Amino acid sequence: MTRRITVLGAGVMGTGITTLALAHGIPVTLVDLETAVLDRARASVGRQLRHAQLLGAAPDVPPGELTTSTSAADCAGSIAVIEAISEHAEQKDKILREVSGIVDPGTVIVSNTSGIPIDELAASVERPDELVGIHFMNPPYLITMVEIARGPRTSDRTMESVRDLLNLVNRRGIAVRDAPGFVTSRLLHPMINNAARIVGEGVADAAEVDELMAGCLGHPTGPLRTADLIGLDNLADSLFALHERLGDPQFLPCEQLLDHVRAGRLGRKSGSGFYEYEEITR
Amino acid sequence: MTTDQAVDSVPSTISSYLETKAGGPVEHDADLAAAGVLTSMVAMEIVVFLESTFGISIVGRDLKLDNFRTVDSMAALVTRLRENRDNA
Repeated sequence: MTRRITVLGAGVMGTGITTLALAHGIPVTLVDLETAVLDRARASVGRQLRHAQLLGAAPDVPPGELTTSTSAADCAGSIAVIEAISEHAEQKDKILREVSGIVDPGTVIVSNTSGIPIDELAASVERPDELVGIHFMNPPYLITMVEIARGPRTSDRTMESVRDLLNLVNRRGIAVRDAPGFVTSRLLHPMINNAARIVGEGVADAAEVDELMAGCLGHPTGPLRTADLIGLDNLADSLFALHERLGDPQFLPCEQLLDHVRAGRLGRKSGSGFYEYEEITR
Repeated sequence: MTTDQAVDSVPSTISSYLETKAGGPVEHDADLAAAGVLTSMVAMEIVVFLESTFGISIVGRDLKLDNFRTVDSMAALVTRLRENRDNA
């Protein structure tokens, strides 16, 4: 049996997860609604595979074969399906419902949600015990740790399959209990939101905030560079999703962040956000 | 431009580019990784800059971080790949 996996969604995370798998020799079917998005993703994957090789993050194996498709039905026969669409529960419900009716029993369905509880998404699938969260960090082909979200109905067998899958791509996971935002988003997202608020209040500019957080507190890039990497629209979506579920006002996206989104300054992927970027690194 | 001038211009072209990344002068033997300039993203930007500026392709075993640690190591790589290209 081939070890093909399917990735749903050819945005920033779906593309990065695809690169991670391909770099480890695993064939991938990448699915999105639009051919143009898939074409851009294919070009990005090529750049990212080179990036991974440059940084010694890819094993010395031939890359897996990339197939793109506009039909989720092409997930049939995959050993795992990884959902990486935008952070909207209704859209996730729709795609999870569709693939759940296609894949064979025993196929792990993974959501790369950054914070929607897995048990909430489990209402969309035929076999809730086979659904699990793997929260990959961006860029997935460079960051070697992932957050695993085990829903209350996720089975031991599914958790074993997750470990096997992560071994294939040389990733280490920490499993946490299902909760809005799990651990990383619950901590990181309000910090980024506050960092943006601080910039909006004129306390410091983005570079100063990041330099302080890196130099004083050991943050690798600073919260606002991280925000640009995540994508400011995705970040706002995640914050809204967390606010809806936790009710805590610190999760409501601040105006500084929303101003960027409204202006189309979405971070690295759009060429500007809190910083400006060269095309090649998007 | 003579061949010697072309060779001489490689390190200075590279260092001029890197000065925009470093925000100041870059010595040709300075370790850019130790100086914090050679981040994972900047490394890829440098690869693309060298390829487009000097008309080379950096692939296979040449695509490794050690080749991009100093201006001198980058210039050596560019010179070798240009010679390979011209002799092909």
